[in-house]
Amino acid sequence: MGKRIVIDPITRIEGHLRIDCEVDGGRVTDAWASGTMWRGVEQILLGRDPRDAWAITQRFCGVCTTVHAIASVRAVENALGMSVPKNAQYIRNLMMAAHAIHDEIVHFYHLSALDWVDVTSALKADPARTAALAESLSDWPGNGKQVMAQTQTRLTNLVESGQLGIFANGYWGHPAMKLPPEVNLLAVSHYLQALDIQRKANKIVAILGSKTPHIQNVAVGGVSNPIAFNSQSVLSIERLLAVKEAIDELAAFITQVYTIDVAAVAAFYPEWTGYGKGVTNYLAAPEFPLDEKGTQFVTPGGYIPDGNLEAMKPIATFGDPLLRDNVAESVKHSWYQGGKGPLHPYQGETVAEYTDFQEKAKYSFVKSPTFAGKPAQVGPLARVLVAAAANDEPTVAHLSRILGIVESLAKIKVPLAALHSTIGRHAARAVMCARNVEILADQWQLLMANIATGDVATFEKPVFPPGEVSGFGFHEAPRGMLSHWVVIEKGIIKNYQAVVPTTWNAAPRNEKDELGPYEASLVGTPLADPERPLEVLRTIHSFDPCLACAVHLVDPRRRDIIEVRAL
Amino acid sequence: MGARRVAVLGVGNLLLGDEGVGVRCVERLERDHTLPGGIACLDGGTSTHELLADLEDLDLLIIVDALESGAAPGSLLRLEGAAIPSAFSNKLSPHQHGINDLLATLKLLGRAPEHVVLLGVEPQRIGLSMELSPAVAAAMDRLCAQVVKEVLPR
Repeated sequence: MGKRIVIDPITRIEGHLRIDCEVDGGRVTDAWASGTMWRGVEQILLGRDPRDAWAITQRFCGVCTTVHAIASVRAVENALGMSVPKNAQYIRNLMMAAHAIHDEIVHFYHLSALDWVDVTSALKADPARTAALAESLSDWPGNGKQVMAQTQTRLTNLVESGQLGIFANGYWGHPAMKLPPEVNLLAVSHYLQALDIQRKANKIVAILGSKTPHIQNVAVGGVSNPIAFNSQSVLSIERLLAVKEAIDELAAFITQVYTIDVAAVAAFYPEWTGYGKGVTNYLAAPEFPLDEKGTQFVTPGGYIPDGNLEAMKPIATFGDPLLRDNVAESVKHSWYQGGKGPLHPYQGETVAEYTDFQEKAKYSFVKSPTFAGKPAQVGPLARVLVAAAANDEPTVAHLSRILGIVESLAKIKVPLAALHSTIGRHAARAVMCARNVEILADQWQLLMANIATGDVATFEKPVFPPGEVSGFGFHEAPRGMLSHWVVIEKGIIKNYQAVVPTTWNAAPRNEKDELGPYEASLVGTPLADPERPLEVLRTIHSFDPCLACAVHLVDPRRRDIIEVRAL
Repeated sequence: MGARRVAVLGVGNLLLGDEGVGVRCVERLERDHTLPGGIACLDGGTSTHELLADLEDLDLLIIVDALESGAAPGSLLRLEGAAIPSAFSNKLSPHQHGINDLLATLKLLGRAPEHVVLLGVEPQRIGLSMELSPAVAAAMDRLCAQVVKEVLPR
């Protein structure tokens, strides 16, 4: 008889994810992913002006504000059959790429690296040997002996203070932790440096978006940035040059640090190319439109069934019927009223019907989306595999470089099939980050060149027809394909559904009782110590989980509060 | 001696009624109050790492948030320094990186604020809405006045 483990953190920020695993013989034999917070936030949009939706949707989620703004304006533009000026596409592309880079760096270093890196082991490292190792891998200036020694001193002080602070609650000393002390110290040094670097990406979003978090400059029909070279209050040459400087700093870190660290972790954990596979139907949207209508894109989109790259079907344009006609959501296992079978998002309903956690019936607030009737995995891995299937050379070049570093460090062959794994998702995210920073530089050049032709248009006014129109907008967000679906009647929102990346990946069982991607990926994972299920966290974190709709409430009753003083 | 660096950070989700009281407070401060120079008003929403740069090396950080203590709705509460929980206690979802984790990160970097004050408002209704409840809306003037009092040099 198997043992049941439940990981229910009752998180307050973004979290709200519970994972149940059946464990037998030291391996996960079955799994259930449950979003424990109601996600019917779209209801708030009904009856509102579609031109206001983007500002509201970017409050759906604390981490992915920009992406909801983009998907929302695209959905309304699609419903109205609109074009968007080239400058607006480029400015949006710059913000999207910078936001993605921010997310990718923070996800790896600050939200998931400590699943693989043992901070306390770094105390035992020799800083000189750490620096020698680091300098053999890369000529990054932050790899010297002095930097490593400073990091170690900072860690020692933290440990001696008795308060690990941000490093509290890690699985330190866990038997599944396998990096040598020097690699751990190197990773912690880069963790600290990444805290500084992430600000550069955020700065780009802030310059272009006027504000971050919560950009202010998108609009249905374009962006609201006026372009002029002689005014401080608009997108001036100084601001554009500051953007370029930040791009160059990001590129150096991504090439010389992030991609190499991911390859090094993969090389020390080669067995993790064999765990975490799960659902191998992959779905990615094309991204970074180059023309007004969204018919040409920088990175390709498509659907790959059963991990078979040769069977990839492209998704090529905004409004592509392949995507429009193949998405449906089931609520058979979700806490919503159902009985109508899977519904297309235009017909989607979100009426809560909460039961307890019933593993054979309803057990999650996440709906279960399918593409052509099958569960699908979204995220950087889907994007990299679609790019490989489409022979997208720049992406394939970054993939080859990272796999090459793994091969030379681990002295093993790493086939493309190794990407269908927990560690493969991290590698794919690093590939996309390297690609995104190139795209950032390219889009900056395109914007400058287009302005130089005298074109300073950034906005086209939307016109709403009297009857009913519907449209959808997609965005290949850092966590995967995001889509917003809107029905508009007489200029007012009649229905609105957001199918977010984590809905695809954290889906419960669907209408046919097939496991969602998180669930399927856990089956077969070995657990060294079921009381401390680090291996489950590794796989779930590799998806970059984010259950949209954040609650943010401090509850002093659950803590040791020294002083609560009423005013 | 450099200028005193002070930030008022409103956090919370605007779509969940009283949960957004911190952000509403910052909006109100920017609209209706003239704060002394050098005081930044930040709409933090539910973000984290994006806020790091704005929160480094402050002399004083005022965080305004919904705070549930069981008091009457609209009550104002004040926590200071070590009483503000220093870290969240579990880590299944990486995005539990809330304000507490942000403060812990600033501490790790050696750039933590000199003083932190958390001003909380007891919520009446947290649920899908873009409006504050009557009890919390009625507390807004007192809340803003308290923020102004906190940020003035003593």
